[in-house]
Amino acid sequence: MKHTIAILVEDQPGVMSRVAGLFTRRGFNIDSIAVGPSEAPGISRMTIIVNGDHKVLEQVTKQLNKLIDVICVRDIPVENILERELVLVKVHTESLSVRAEIIQLVEIFKAKVVYVERNTLTIEMSGDEEKVSGFLKLLAPFGVKEVVRTGRIAIARSNK
Amino acid sequence: MELTGTEIIIEGLKQEKVKAIFGIPGAAILPFYDTLGKVGQLPFKNILTRHEQGAVHAADGYARATGEVGVCVVTSGPGATNLVTGLANAYLDSVPLVAFTGQVPTDMVGNDAFQEVDIIGITLPITKNNYVARKTENLASIIKEAFYIARSGRPGPVLVDLPKDVQLDRCSFKYPEKVNRKGYQPSYRGNIRQIKIAATKIREAKKPVIIAGGGIISANASGELKKVALKTNIPVVTTFMGIGSFPVNHPLSLGMLGMYGNYVANQVVSEADLIIALGTRFDDRITRNLKHFCPYAEIIHIDIDPAEIGKNVLVKVPLVGDVKIILQQLINYLEEKDNESWLAEITSIKERYLKYTAQKEDPRQEKLKPKYIIDCLNDFFKGEAIVVTDVGQHQMWTANHFQFIHPRSFISSGGLGTMGFGLPAAIGAKIGCPEKAVICISGDGSLQMNIQELATAIYNRLPIIVILMNNGYLGMVRQLQELFCEGRYISTSLSGNPDFVKVTEGYGGVGFRVEKKEDFYPILKRAFQMNRFVLLDCHIPEDEKNFPMVQPGSSLNNMIGVDQL
Ligand SMILES: Cc1ncc(C[n+]2csc(CCOP(=O)(O)OP(=O)(O)O)c2C)c(N)n1
Ligand SMILES: [Mg+2]
Repeated sequence: MKHTIAILVEDQPGVMSRVAGLFTRRGFNIDSIAVGPSEAPGISRMTIIVNGDHKVLEQVTKQLNKLIDVICVRDIPVENILERELVLVKVHTESLSVRAEIIQLVEIFKAKVVYVERNTLTIEMSGDEEKVSGFLKLLAPFGVKEVVRTGRIAIARSNK
Repeated sequence: MELTGTEIIIEGLKQEKVKAIFGIPGAAILPFYDTLGKVGQLPFKNILTRHEQGAVHAADGYARATGEVGVCVVTSGPGATNLVTGLANAYLDSVPLVAFTGQVPTDMVGNDAFQEVDIIGITLPITKNNYVARKTENLASIIKEAFYIARSGRPGPVLVDLPKDVQLDRCSFKYPEKVNRKGYQPSYRGNIRQIKIAATKIREAKKPVIIAGGGIISANASGELKKVALKTNIPVVTTFMGIGSFPVNHPLSLGMLGMYGNYVANQVVSEADLIIALGTRFDDRITRNLKHFCPYAEIIHIDIDPAEIGKNVLVKVPLVGDVKIILQQLINYLEEKDNESWLAEITSIKERYLKYTAQKEDPRQEKLKPKYIIDCLNDFFKGEAIVVTDVGQHQMWTANHFQFIHPRSFISSGGLGTMGFGLPAAIGAKIGCPEKAVICISGDGSLQMNIQELATAIYNRLPIIVILMNNGYLGMVRQLQELFCEGRYISTSLSGNPDFVKVTEGYGGVGFRVEKKEDFYPILKRAFQMNRFVLLDCHIPEDEKNFPMVQPGSSLNNMIGVDQL
């Protein structure tokens, strides 16, 4: 079972390794981790996707809370989640017809071609987990050269 | 007023009322030691150990004996890495320490400079928190915070890394009055609704037992524990770390729980219908096979660390906070109770076990044996001593047989099981509590892991009595090999042991070799009267065991080395 955890941390040097180290040390499985500044100065927000049952989630939350640099930890429930991930994909385009096919997919998925070369297209797209993996799966047969993903970020729809 | 970084550190130590520091200098921490050299009358004792592991264990022993924060100061690189075992030791046993490490100057950090290591990275998982002082301006608040975090909430070790230039630079000094960290707000008072539920459970229970852990000792809550136990007539078992939290000579005391625990304690916990767990983390050494751990009981768990609740066992009534405060709150809701039939049942288990052990003891046996040694210590000290142990069979014999009646009178490495802890920790304990008798019970294997600290103890004229239980073996491992490896004694014989009496004498101390049973008591008496550092090299048989014990994977009430009673 996957859980999305949003945490606020003080912007101290080493805070990333503290958080990441905790997961390795306690044997928790991280799917992805994403960090960036939050609305408050000096405070960053991390989104962590962790795999495990209810008990794992409880321990993860409590252990994260114990880190001095961690200000708060929140598990965002699935029914209230809004999540996005950004990907950049470079695909091989050997012929014009293939290129056209790919561009069609880009349109369907509301993605964007951001760079064009003779034999490749670089595409940007964002969406939730399902959309991103669906898109990548359809691109795979064309010969994907490189995929870069930011890791998921998430926000609760409403603050109930 | 402008101060240098090192003057700020020393001011900080004064403000925190530090009375002793332990350490070894080196290039990267030279400015600090030089400033100490310039201060005429030092505001605290400065103890030079002979190894940094000795320094951190001494600070640890000091902290456990006094309840105050232990401090050590070492240089960068190897000085810092030599702290690793000691920090892990303190972390697992929740001991408040602040360790200062020298570091190469900030402009050289990251270049693999001479004696540079990333001690922050290395100690990340074994400290409660750690800091690099990047600017002299940050020092005062870092020191304030380090001490506050080490001693508050669930205590633990904190490390402060001090680049050399930060020690030398100057800035104005003001010691902060308060620490304010959004991410660190330990809660101390218990939730009243939960407390009432706990009180009801206690009233309704037919077979309640208290498990008292190390948290009772760190919270100084022995008085509260005693009041609660006496008001409700609930028997008390302690964990290894909880030894001393409840006097073992009290009728409600059942001794230590767990792998090498007391037979009665293990039986009673397995029969209980309610466990009141106080400041304990249900370590696998006390629960053994979790599936069979107290099968009939509901658990009330009181602990300062929310992460401990529900970590290993299912808890019915969780209560987060300072166990001292929560027990004070709880007692108001408790009714007096006699638990008559439960106590009668326990008494009969106790009597059966006493009869059994009495039968097994042979009064005519003439060898010097560990149990006899500890009986003599009981006769002589009557519990009025601080007992520091190393790790091995001698440790478990001590834990089981010494008559501990005061909190902080048993100092031993629990969570990490660190051989080599004993002697330096005894040094720290004696420096912290000079008015108390300090005994170090060690093994021939363990003592050699920090034997260089004989110099520290003897040079500083510390009247510690070392009882060396010399069995010529890494005895505890030998026991496992005997029981579970068909007697293949690989790498456990300590042939090549030195003459420990001569070694002690070589350092300027006094040593006695004790081989005969009848010699032990008179020599102990003489050693005590000498009021100086004395080592008793006690030669005991190699095949003495820690019995009874619970095998890995087994349930608590299924002990070997004892007949089913
Ligand atoms: C630093 C360290 N290394 C290894 C061990 C594993 N170990 C546990 S007990 C023990 C034997 C201890 O021997 P000794 O100090 O002579 O005590 P005895 O069991 O003989 O009383 C060993 C090797 C340990 N606990 N700590
Ligand atoms: Mg031995």
